[in-house]
Amino acid sequence: MKIKILGPGCKNCEKLEEEVNNALAQLNITADVEKVEDMNKIMEHDVFMTPGLVINDKVKASGKIPKQDQIKKWIQEEQ
Amino acid sequence: MENLRKLAILAGVFIAVYFIPFQHPNLQASIMEAFHLLQYYVREHVLQTLIPAFFIAGAIANFLSQGSVIKYFGGGAHKVLAYSVASVSGSVLAVCSCTVLPLFAGIYKKGAGLGPAIAFLYSGPAINILAIILTARILGWELGLARAIGAVIFALVIGLIMALLYRSEDRDRPETGFQGMEEEAPEKRGQLQTISYFLVLILILVLAALGEPQEAAGLWYAFYRAKWYLVAALLIILVLMAWRWFDREERVSWVESTRDFALQILPLLFAGVMAAGFLMGRPDSDAGLIPVQFIEALVGGNSFQANLVASVIGAFMYFATLTEVPILQGLLGSGMGQGPALALLLAGPALSLPNMLVIRSVLGTQKTIIFVILVAIMATISGMIFGTIMS
Repeated sequence: MKIKILGPGCKNCEKLEEEVNNALAQLNITADVEKVEDMNKIMEHDVFMTPGLVINDKVKASGKIPKQDQIKKWIQEEQ
Repeated sequence: MENLRKLAILAGVFIAVYFIPFQHPNLQASIMEAFHLLQYYVREHVLQTLIPAFFIAGAIANFLSQGSVIKYFGGGAHKVLAYSVASVSGSVLAVCSCTVLPLFAGIYKKGAGLGPAIAFLYSGPAINILAIILTARILGWELGLARAIGAVIFALVIGLIMALLYRSEDRDRPETGFQGMEEEAPEKRGQLQTISYFLVLILILVLAALGEPQEAAGLWYAFYRAKWYLVAALLIILVLMAWRWFDREERVSWVESTRDFALQILPLLFAGVMAAGFLMGRPDSDAGLIPVQFIEALVGGNSFQANLVASVIGAFMYFATLTEVPILQGLLGSGMGQGPALALLLAGPALSLPNMLVIRSVLGTQKTIIFVILVAIMATISGMIFGTIMS
């Protein structure tokens, strides 16, 4: 599974990365987590509000930090 | 490597502390000014202005549908509409520049094009609600109003000029909508409820921030005397609204984003206040490190040169969210003219060296340079006009 966290490096993006890593640890799932900071690469996913969460090339959330339970659900769905 | 870096920092601190002449009275006075100014902010502005403003910002982030604004930036959007929305939507969408830059890149590359993107980029940080409130409260309502109006007009004009200059490449633009914005949750409240909720929030802020009138008589003064009772009554209404119209989860996320704004902004603002106090002292004092004569010579009065200097400094300097306000307060107190102050406010928060680099990675070097030059020229002109009106 590939997870991308989109954001130019603001505080919320770091928080989202932390949440995703927590969710992965709790679910005991390993995934390839990548942080995308280049604005042009962020745009390739059609995300305009950061932080954005992309799992397996599907945009799951943009503009906010989703709740922990929601992140877990997405990870399980995409596994 | 990590240890080496720490050692270098330690050595730097050692050398600095070793050589700084702490016994020098000017330096001692400057350090005290930093704390005096910080205390003034903590006593006069945190509870009355900043905390209510954070709650409003938190409410905006949570309860206003951002998708409904963003849809006006899509590729097929009406041009006039796209420009108008772009130049005012910063007040709703942008509280820090980290949300402005991705949206800007999105509007430019996939949405309504260069003009609206530039309009949004410019107006976003300049007219966010926290910045306008704090400017009006601390620097006076004239500057607050001039800043808001100036930012919107600027955004339109600069956006249009840029679109005109690069009109040829704007033609073959894909007509794409914005993805991921359609699945908006159904509205849980009527518009009237949302509006009255924001109205109560704003009234609380305005009342709490109301300053003492100059003469201790008349209707205005009676109003001022009663303001805390009115605020208390409004708070009760607000609690009732929050309790009846919002569910538990919404209330929690409102308070959480309010807290996040406070955590994000207050430390930087306090650092900015202390820096302003240290360098320029409180208004009407000459205790800061930078001599008043120096500031007066550079940006005093309302000459072309003063306005230009203020614009250029503003364009390149980085201001963390809201810190432009205490810094300007210090500068104004040390003899900066009203015109240059506006010029700095209009050029400052929208541009900085770090964010020019990001803009360059999206727009390319040439467009970025033109954008920066346009901002500096317009800020200078607006400063001169405002300075003339005020004097």
